[in-house]
This record gives sequence, C-alpha cells and structure tokens, in this order.
Amino acid sequence: MHNDPSEFEAIIERHSSEKQYLIPILQDIQSQFNYLPPVALATVSKQLDIPMIDIISVASFYNAFSLTPRGEHVVTVCMGTACHVRGGPKILEEFERRLKVPAGGTTENKQFTLETVACLGCCAIGPVVVVDGDYYAQQTIGKVESVLKKYASKEKNNGKPREN
Amino acid sequence: MIKMLINNLEVQAEEGYTILDTCKFYGLEIPTICHNDGLSNYGACRLCLVEIGEGTNTKMVSSCTYPAQEGLVVHTDTRRVLETRKMMIELMLSTAPGSKILQDMAAKMGVKQQRFELRNEECMYCGLCVRICAEQMDARAIGFQNRGYQRKISTPFDVKSKECRLCGACMYICPACQLRCQGPDAETAICSGCLDMDPTCVDVYDELQCWMYDAGECGTCIRKPSEVADDIEEPKEKNA
Amino acid sequence: MASHAKINSAEELKKTVDHHTALRAADDRVTLTVSAGTCGQARGSLDVIASLENAIQEKGLQEKVRVKVTGCHGFCEAEPNIIIQPQDLFYQHVTTKDAEAIIQETVLKDQAVETLLYKDPVNGQTASKESEIPFYTKQNRLVLGDNALIDPTDIREYFSIGGYLSLAKSLSDMTPEDVIETITASGLRGRGGAGFPTGKKWDFTRKSKGDVKYIICNADEGDPGAYMDRSLLEGNPHRMLEGMIIGGYAIGASEGYVYIREEYPLALKNITRAVEQAHEAGLLGENILGSGFSFNVKVYKGAGAFVCGEETALMQSIEGKVGVPRQRPPFPAVKGLWKKPTNINNVETWANVPLILDRGSDWYAQIGTESSKGTKIFSLVGKINNTGLVEVPMGITLREIIYDIGGGIPDGREFKAVQTGGPSGGCLPKEKLDLPIDYQSLMQAGSIMGSGGMIVMDDKTCMVDVAKYFLNFLRDESCGKCLSCREGTQRMWEIVRNITEGQGKEGDLVLLETLAHAVKDASMCGLGQTAANPVLSTLRYFNDEYLAHIKDKKCPAGVCKDLVEYFIIPDKCTGCMVCARVCPQDAITGEKQQVHILDQEKCIKCGACYEACKFDAILVE
Ligand SMILES: Cc1cc2nc3c(=O)[nH]c(=O)nc-3n(C[C@H](O)[C@H](O)[C@H](O)COP(=O)(O)O)c2cc1C
Ligand code: FES
Ligand code: FES
Repeated sequence: MHNDPSEFEAIIERHSSEKQYLIPILQDIQSQFNYLPPVALATVSKQLDIPMIDIISVASFYNAFSLTPRGEHVVTVCMGTACHVRGGPKILEEFERRLKVPAGGTTENKQFTLETVACLGCCAIGPVVVVDGDYYAQQTIGKVESVLKKYASKEKNNGKPREN
Repeated sequence: MIKMLINNLEVQAEEGYTILDTCKFYGLEIPTICHNDGLSNYGACRLCLVEIGEGTNTKMVSSCTYPAQEGLVVHTDTRRVLETRKMMIELMLSTAPGSKILQDMAAKMGVKQQRFELRNEECMYCGLCVRICAEQMDARAIGFQNRGYQRKISTPFDVKSKECRLCGACMYICPACQLRCQGPDAETAICSGCLDMDPTCVDVYDELQCWMYDAGECGTCIRKPSEVADDIEEPKEKNA
Repeated sequence: MASHAKINSAEELKKTVDHHTALRAADDRVTLTVSAGTCGQARGSLDVIASLENAIQEKGLQEKVRVKVTGCHGFCEAEPNIIIQPQDLFYQHVTTKDAEAIIQETVLKDQAVETLLYKDPVNGQTASKESEIPFYTKQNRLVLGDNALIDPTDIREYFSIGGYLSLAKSLSDMTPEDVIETITASGLRGRGGAGFPTGKKWDFTRKSKGDVKYIICNADEGDPGAYMDRSLLEGNPHRMLEGMIIGGYAIGASEGYVYIREEYPLALKNITRAVEQAHEAGLLGENILGSGFSFNVKVYKGAGAFVCGEETALMQSIEGKVGVPRQRPPFPAVKGLWKKPTNINNVETWANVPLILDRGSDWYAQIGTESSKGTKIFSLVGKINNTGLVEVPMGITLREIIYDIGGGIPDGREFKAVQTGGPSGGCLPKEKLDLPIDYQSLMQAGSIMGSGGMIVMDDKTCMVDVAKYFLNFLRDESCGKCLSCREGTQRMWEIVRNITEGQGKEGDLVLLETLAHAVKDASMCGLGQTAANPVLSTLRYFNDEYLAHIKDKKCPAGVCKDLVEYFIIPDKCTGCMVCARVCPQDAITGEKQQVHILDQEKCIKCGACYEACKFDAILVE
C-alpha cells in the first residue's frame, strides 16, 4: 500500500519538519490516507528525529488517529450524555447489528468503519449520527437502515448492509 | 533554604527538593513504588501520598512530585493518608498479585483483603521500566501506549524493537517481576505469608546471616537490631 | 470581500465602526436571518437558505430582500429557524417547501405564515415574535445575543455592532494594569469549570518573570452535552478574539493559541477565518492600532482526548506530546507552555471580556450573585421540551431554567434529575430544583458548574446507568498515568456494571463509596479528582435505585437490559404488525388485527418494537 516515504515527506515539510508539529503532521497524514501507515510513522520518526516509540505513544493516545486502515465511510455515533439519555446506545447497537462489527471496527469489505464520539456539540438534536461529515439528527433505530443505504448504494453490490 | 513543617517538625529543604526528598533527608519513611532516585520523578503509583495544608483546607498530593515550598504544612501519616495508601496497594495488587514487593508492602500496611476481581497482568503501570530504558539506557525501546484503562507498556507494534539491546534493565527494576511471590491465596489474593511466617533465619535482623544484607528487608524478620538492642540474646516470643 | 484594509489607529477604528453601524441602520431591506450553526445545518438550514435565495431570485427581489446567514441563536429545538425583520417574526422548523410561502406571504404581503409560528408545547399558545417566546423571556443574552445579529464570516458585520471598540479603548486609554483592575473588579470568574477569578489569574501571569508569555483560549469543550463554546466560536468568533487580544495586552503576552477540538469543524473554520481577517485589518500582528503592542494568534486543532481540556495536558498537546497532565505547582502562570508563563481561559470567559470593558465593571458586577457575577450560558438538553442554549444571570434557580425557559419535560413525564458539570459534575434530584445556581451552591450540592452542560433526565432514565455511563467515559478518557484514576475508574465501572447486570452484591455500595473517595483524594489532576462525582452524587440522591438493582434485581426506569423484559399489552395491541416487522430477531409473531406475541427467548431487548409502536402497547419492566 503506502510504502513510499516521499509520499509523506511533503506533508512533513509543509510543517517545516519541526518536532512541535508532530500532531498536526499526523493529523494531515490521517486525513489524507485515512490511517497512519507504518511507513509514514517511520518517515516521521526519521525526519523529525523523534524515537518511534514516542510517535506510537502519541498516535495511540488520541482518538483522531488509527493505526489500521479505516473503511471508506466512517459512521460516527454520538455517545454523549445528551444523546445517551435519548437512546444513543440503542442506535449504536443497531449499527453494530447491521454492520456486524463492534464499535471501533471496520467491516470486512472495508466499506464502513463504525466509531463513537463523546459529543458532537449538537446535543439539542440528539441522538446524532455523522457519516463522512454529514449530520443526521434525531436518529431512531428505524432510521439506521436508510442512513446506511445512502452510502452503501454508492458501491456496486458487495458489502450491502444487512437487509431484513 | 526552604522552611516547611512536616508532621509538626520544622524542616529545611534545598531548592529543587520534592517533599519526598525532604522526608527522606529527615529519615521519615514514605512508601513508594514508582519512584527511583536514579530516574525522573513520575507520580504514577500514588503510594507516596501525603496531606498538605491546614485545618479544613487540606489535600493529598504525591510527595515524589510535589515541590518543597516555603511555609508548606505537610502530614505524612494522617488516617486519610494511610487509608488511601491501603486502597492504592489493593488496586495495584489486583493487577499484579504476584509481586512480592507489593505483597510485603500490603502485609506491612495492614491490607487484609482484595475486593477486586484479579487481572493477572503482572504490571501496575508504574513506568519504571519505561524510564530506565529511556533515561539510563538511552534506548527508548519501550513506552506507554493507548490511554485510560487500555494503557499498556510495549514496543512499537508489539514486535521486537530495533532499539532493544536486551540489557535487561527493565526487568531489573520491575517491582512485579523482580521478586515473585510464590502463592497468594486464591480467595483473598493477599498473601502476607512471608511476614506471618516464623522467621527462617532469626527473628532479628542480623547482618551476618541475612542473605539480603544491605539490600533492605526481605520481610522475614520483624524487628531490627536497634529495636531489640538489649534482649538480643534472648529473643522474645513473636507477636507477644 | 469579507476582509478589511489595515486599520492604523484607534481613531480609524472608531470611524470604521461608525461607518458600518450607519450602514446597518440605513439598510431597509427585508432581512431573513437564518441560523446555520452545526445543529441548524444538521437540520437542513443550508437547503432552506438555498431555496429562499432561489425564491427571491425568481421574484426578482434581490434589491429588497436579503438572506442573512448567522450562527446558532440558541433555540436549537426550533431549528432551522428564521427571524424576519422589520416584520419581527420568528419562524421555526422551516423547510425548503416553506420558502415560497415566506416570500409570497410575509415578504410581499407582510402576513405571518401561521404554520411556522412557535407553538408552546405546554399550553399550545402561538407566539409570533422571538421576544414573546417563553424560552427567551427569562434569559439575559449578553454574550450569546449577538449571534443572531451578525454573519460570523465577515469582520465588517462585527464592526457594525461596535466590534473591537473595547480593544481600541484598552489600547488607547488604559494601561495593562487598568485592564486587569477592571476585570478583577467585575468579579468575572472562569467559565471553563473551576471558576477561578479571571482578573487574579491575569495578574499572576502579568507579574510572573519572563520576557515571553503566552495566552491560550481553551476551546476543547470536552464535556459531553455542553456546546456553548462551539456556538460562540461558530456564531461570533471575533468577540472571543477581541477578548484574547485585550487579555494579551493586559498580561503582556506576545502570542496566543486557540486550542479547538477537531469535532467542531465549522467552529474551527470560522475562528481560523476570523484570525486571518483580524490580521488583515491590523487587529493582530505588529503594532496593533499604532499602540506599539504586537500580538499573534495561532489556531491549533485538538486530536480527540477529553483530558486535553485540562490546562496542563492541553499545553502538552500543543507541544506535540501525549496529553498527560503535569504536576502543578509550578502553575502555568509561572511555567506553562514551552515552560513560559502562560494564561489560559475558556472561550466564554474571553467572550465576556469585551463586554466588561465596554460597559464597565460596576455594571457587570451588579448582575448575578454575591460570589458569582455576570451571566452563564447553559446547554439545556436531554429530556426537555425546549432544548438549546440559554444564557441566564447567575443565581437563577434550576426550576426557572427547566420549567420556565425549558418548558418542562416532554410527553408528560416526570422530572427526575438534572446532570450538571459533565463527567466532573453530579446529578441533582427534584429536591434541589429551587437551588439558586452559582459556583458555590452547585459544589455544596455535590455537583459543579463545569462548562455549563445541563442534561435533564426523566423517570425513564436510570441513574445507575447514568453513573455507569460516566464511569465508562472516564475510564477511557483518563490519561492512564495515576493508578487511582486509571484503575480506580475501571474498578468503579466494574462494580456499577455488575450492579446493572443484576450481579450486584451486598457490600458493593460501601466498597464503591470508599473507592470513590480514594480516587478523589489520590489523583493528581482535575479529571481524577472529580471522577467520583457522578457516582457519589447518584449514591447520595438515588440510593434506592441502586438498592432496587442489587436487592430486587429490578431496574425501575426500565433501562438496564439484563433486568428488564419486554411485553406486549394485549389490551393496547391493535395488531398493526409494525413491531413484528421491525424486530431484528423475528421474536414477535401475530396475524393482522390479532394481538401479537413476543417470544422472550428470542428477544434481545433492542427496543425497536418499543420505538415503533404507536399505541404504547409495549411495556418494558
Ligand atoms: C479533565 C478536565 C477537562 C477540562 N476540560 C475543559 C474544557 O473542555 N474547556 C475548558 O474551558 N476548560 C476545561 N477544563 C478546565 C481547564 O483546566 C481550565 O481550568 C480552564 O480552561 C481555565 O479557564 P477559565 O479560568 O476561563 O475557566 C478542564 C479541566 C479538567 C480537569
Ligand atoms: S451529546 Fe450527542 S451531540 Fe452532544
Ligand atoms: S512514588 Fe510517588 S507516586 Fe509513585
């Protein structure tokens, strides 16, 4: 996959190869490649002269980073307090059932990654779900299927969410 | 010089001292796990807690990281301190029941029960190994990963690290794998066996016979020479 | 377009402001103000804007009507909403289909579209003006109010409501000490959680030795259920920025950071743009307004960690490290970011600063209570009719907020508790409804002000489940360094989880309480020190509910899956088959118009039938 260090060097240089910009650099790599490829980490380690273990510590500490490739679509279900009392966990369970992955997981066909977030700041219209940056307000168990369909249908046929 | 009050005793500390440094200087014993004089101060195990402040306005801080400050009022042995330390030991033992160092401390502090479900991780995440690897061995082969309850200590990607020279420093300093406790009782998981046992050598610390001479107490003898200076010829009944 | 040429002096700024204020006053077009913060957008406000603009174009009304896009006005329940001037009408739940009618009826004929007017959920009365809606009448929107007036992407809009005049005043007429004195005298306390007196904090940092000093705006807003900082940054970023520049001047800092969480993309965009515009206008950079004071601001995006809202962890994060809090002392005022004296304040705190300098500390100090001055923005969410952001003077009672402003609990259910202060706060019961809220009173009641989240819970909320929820949050969000916090929250979670699963034992509650106190006492940073609050407060006020779980193995609220079962009430079941269709397990069977049967063996208690049934025929017990 992404094995060419030069792919990442440009990003690092954009941040003037300075140690203090480790997190912004990782953020840029994450947003471009959807995860942090090992080669990227090795390149960052070399260019910024930061021991690999320190980079791993940072990358595994923050939610923003993932060390394994994410799916094509990222489904984020809010697990904030306001969404929780309005039934957020039931929505998450329904996603888990339909996608057949636990929260944090990626479907086998790499189409969806299911994630949770502590609050999206839209608490008034919860439970909230965000798919690839699109917000879905006041979700119910019944609406889950149609939300997923929107994204699954962009694909040809493989990896449709479960139909009832 | 910084002047402070520790256990109502006026003491002086040098600039840059922590509360723990000061206590040690004055011979006050404070239990520690994650602290080591050769390494940076860390403050993870919370065993070295002391209470600072006066009246109703007191709080607990880790003495190994809290700087000595002019006019500070410190208590090292209040009930609150002792009870909280016991809870810390109980928590540490719940993930590293095989650590002899912890088991001995537990026995000494009077921890009698283990109320949490055991997870035999043989680690209390004190970070001594991480610090010795980075600070003394200059290797940085291992480090902390993840956060919260998923925190762990490992090498990058959990495979053998290029940086690791197999020096063994991490194992040398580890309070969980250095000395292994042979058999905590499954029921309670608090062993305290060594301390309750009749001494295998003598019940008085003896420089000649003790195999742990100079290395600190092994926990088998209950009294020190200073405490029994007069009756050393005639050891009394234990616990009498 | 939205930028402004460099302004070189306080005089010039005053002229600019006068110019834009006059323009605003002279504008006699019909204005359709659409709120389009993140929550408005989630409800489709961008589409509404597009269709309104279309309709205007079609009718050729571009000269007479304009659509103004603003941030969130606070009444999120009513999103997308529109305020129409000069008719002074407030429309709620507007959809694209309504655009025609709005132009046709309201703009052209000055008539209200009845169906879009606000209807009180309690008494069914309609209100046509914003000022008549009970949600707004008891509020005092000193900080939040401007959100409805301006397009946040245009600095000239901020000028048109007197923006940056407080900065001009500080730089030209006041010494840094004067500014600090004004803030101190106003009694402003930090809005980020602990309520530390802001003037005092500034003074510490000003007096701290060092030639380089920093200030930081904490926009990490990690408390789930609180979103006032997002709304302020989305809807009025220049105001916060003005506060920061004034703060930089008072403290003697040369650089400021805005640390904003990545979950807020729109707020990030708007504050970044605001910084650029302020730069172009000469309000940031070298020699601001010719005063000799130079100041720059960098925007820094968080990477998703609740603990990074803690000030020292936040600084670690800016330095590119793992967000593990540092030992204090030394305090940030002495040794903060890059080991330099640093002053950190919350978004709302900074946003109050221009107001205080504009109207004076005496005026500000007469709002609120003895110990807590000014207004506070709360996010009123959860099981409440009027959800949204409310700004009220300190000292108002919970009852006023929840019933008068919030319109009470939906569906005729009963109020059970209100959670304030996020994961560091606690749950307050019915008996505390008449508590006048300020920093002290909430603390005494076992909760905290926190950043102002207020999550209302009804009798269908299980308080043990809520405690479990927060512990689960904290065990994951703890940085993991202190044993007490990492292992303590994990163990408390295990105990509470066991209770909710019907595995609770006698003695669990004693252990839970002992452990909770130890975690509180032994942890280094604020996260651990307050991590026990959700547990302790629920133990204190809802002990019966814990006991019901432990002794009777029952969840009175019907939430804890392992302790409840789903039933079909035969009398109420109409045999509509909806529940049978939605059941993922095919656990419900039955013919059309026959009472359905639920197979307990197959039921996984997902709640789909309960949600789908329109006849309340599903019972959870
Ligand atoms: C775990 C934890 C999380 C915090 N999160 C935030 C936050 O999201 N936003 C914030 O402004 N302050 C937060 N704080 C408080 C900050 O540490 C700090 O006190 C505050 O930013 C100071 O600003 P103020 O004086 O204006 O309130 C948090 C504190 C702790 C202990
Ligand atoms: S709690 Fe879900 S958006 Fe805030
Ligand atoms: S010895 Fe001080 S916290 Fe571990």
